[in-house]
Amino acid sequence: MTAGATWLDRFRSKPRVRTALAAALPVGWVTTFLFLPYLLLLMHSLWKLDDNQMIVHQWTLASYRRLFTTAVYPSTIWFSAKIALSVTLLSLFLAFPLAYLLAFKVKRHKNLMYMAVIIPLWVSYLVRAYAWKIILGQEGILNGLLAQAGLIHRPLEFLLYSKWAVIIALTHIYTPFTLMPIYAVLEAIPNSLKEASQDLYAGRWNTFRHVILPLSLPGVLAGCTFAFVLSMGDFIAPQLLGGNDSALMVSNVVVSLFGVAYNWPLGAAVSVVMLVIVVSLLTLANRLERRFNYRGETAAARKTDALAAIATEARA
Amino acid sequence: MNRFLWSVGIGVFIFIYAPLLVVVLYSFHDSRIIAWPLQLGTFQWYGVLFQDRGMLDAVAASLKLAALAVVISLGVGVPGAFLLDRHEFPGKTLFQRLVLMPLILPGIITGVSLLTFFTFIGLPLSSGFPAIPGWPVVLGHGTALVSVVVTQVFARLQRLDRFQEEASMDLYANGWWTFWHVTLPNIRTALLGAALLVFTLSLDEIAVTFFLIGRQNTIPLQIWGLLRRGITPEVNAISTLIFLVSVIVIVVWARLMHDPEGANT
Repeated sequence: MTAGATWLDRFRSKPRVRTALAAALPVGWVTTFLFLPYLLLLMHSLWKLDDNQMIVHQWTLASYRRLFTTAVYPSTIWFSAKIALSVTLLSLFLAFPLAYLLAFKVKRHKNLMYMAVIIPLWVSYLVRAYAWKIILGQEGILNGLLAQAGLIHRPLEFLLYSKWAVIIALTHIYTPFTLMPIYAVLEAIPNSLKEASQDLYAGRWNTFRHVILPLSLPGVLAGCTFAFVLSMGDFIAPQLLGGNDSALMVSNVVVSLFGVAYNWPLGAAVSVVMLVIVVSLLTLANRLERRFNYRGETAAARKTDALAAIATEARA
Repeated sequence: MNRFLWSVGIGVFIFIYAPLLVVVLYSFHDSRIIAWPLQLGTFQWYGVLFQDRGMLDAVAASLKLAALAVVISLGVGVPGAFLLDRHEFPGKTLFQRLVLMPLILPGIITGVSLLTFFTFIGLPLSSGFPAIPGWPVVLGHGTALVSVVVTQVFARLQRLDRFQEEASMDLYANGWWTFWHVTLPNIRTALLGAALLVFTLSLDEIAVTFFLIGRQNTIPLQIWGLLRRGITPEVNAISTLIFLVSVIVIVVWARLMHDPEGANT
């Protein structure tokens, strides 16, 4: 802008150079600390483990072969998927009515109530999982109350350290997560649409089925994918509450393979399979979502959007 | 129908809050054994907590880690958000997907990937200790949370009124002046909000930390260690404090995010 503009200034102001300068740090950082690590995980899954349990940089499919031919790995993945599915469905059944209630029925202190649902998400994940230990334990609250009511004479032992405990705790943890995107889509449904439907003599049920439900599908889908992906990858709650069943979750297998069992190639292979499952699920959800969604946002954007929605809600 | 909805809604509320209430109440439980019935009436577990050297060290380590994660994630995330908002380049979609990966993948996958990476380049997990909890865990938190900064700041930039910047440039202000005096004030609350979000998420992070931590535990890992030795009442006390701090932080965050400054849509 001044007469003394050097060749350097002119060089810097070229659009391509500007983009390159702007990209250098973020792209360089993300390539180094995200792309390379994910790539290395894939490479580890294709490397060989020799007899002394040392990693040898030789390409082999041995880990994948072992993964798919040893019954315990596929069955673990299957078991985790079942647990994750149970958690997803339970979270959906709990979150949907509450989201519906908050979006359409609550008139006063709506934002406050929405925030109240979301706050537990910010409370330590570990605390939320651990709370169930106090509730479900042998001398826990539930057994205490049941005994006091005279319903049981001996404490129920199956409550804690079972897959049920894991499912309950994970449902508790991920219900607010599932609720956020559902609430966001329900909130966005204009009242006029509901009224129009009712003006056309559609009953409440028909309005729900033909107007609200289809419009809420993108949110439902987003909520369900969060719940599924997050609970499938969870390894803390199973270890804390699962007892012997906990060894059956795929993430715990990964932890053990990267730790005491010390077989990184196999651990990496299990992780890669998990990653493939998760990514294909997200892609599928994204496709479906785009079909239902007039705005075409991605699941990831929705996740932080939902967090940011607390603020916009508070403003509205 | 309405009554059914309300009872389900209230039930879900209880389901969400009862466990937290249980932890808070049991932090005042007057017995070493955490069992029913509840015996309220002691602050001794808070006393135990404040004497616990390991826990205090973990708190210090977690705060340091979270602060460094904020610095890294803002340092990389803010330029990243500007890049996505204002530039077109080959591989843009790939870059965007990659940045968001830690947000959508289960934490354990990002955790083991970073572990293989730092092991491969030969950076020891305890390097930098005791000044910081360890370079790998600091870099890991910072990198994983870039996703949060990018989404938050990008959303604000998209809503930003570019006329102000153009006006500034038309009046012969240079790029830096415009950035400092026009762009930055407009996105200030988004930056603060993102920083706060990163700080809390880092404090609570387990999956990545679990794989990258060296000798010094963070708060969640210290609690995890206590829990593995059986439940101690001290855990209820620290949990209650965490609960309290979280509520304060989210209220501050919500206020920041609906600051009228940011409302230039």
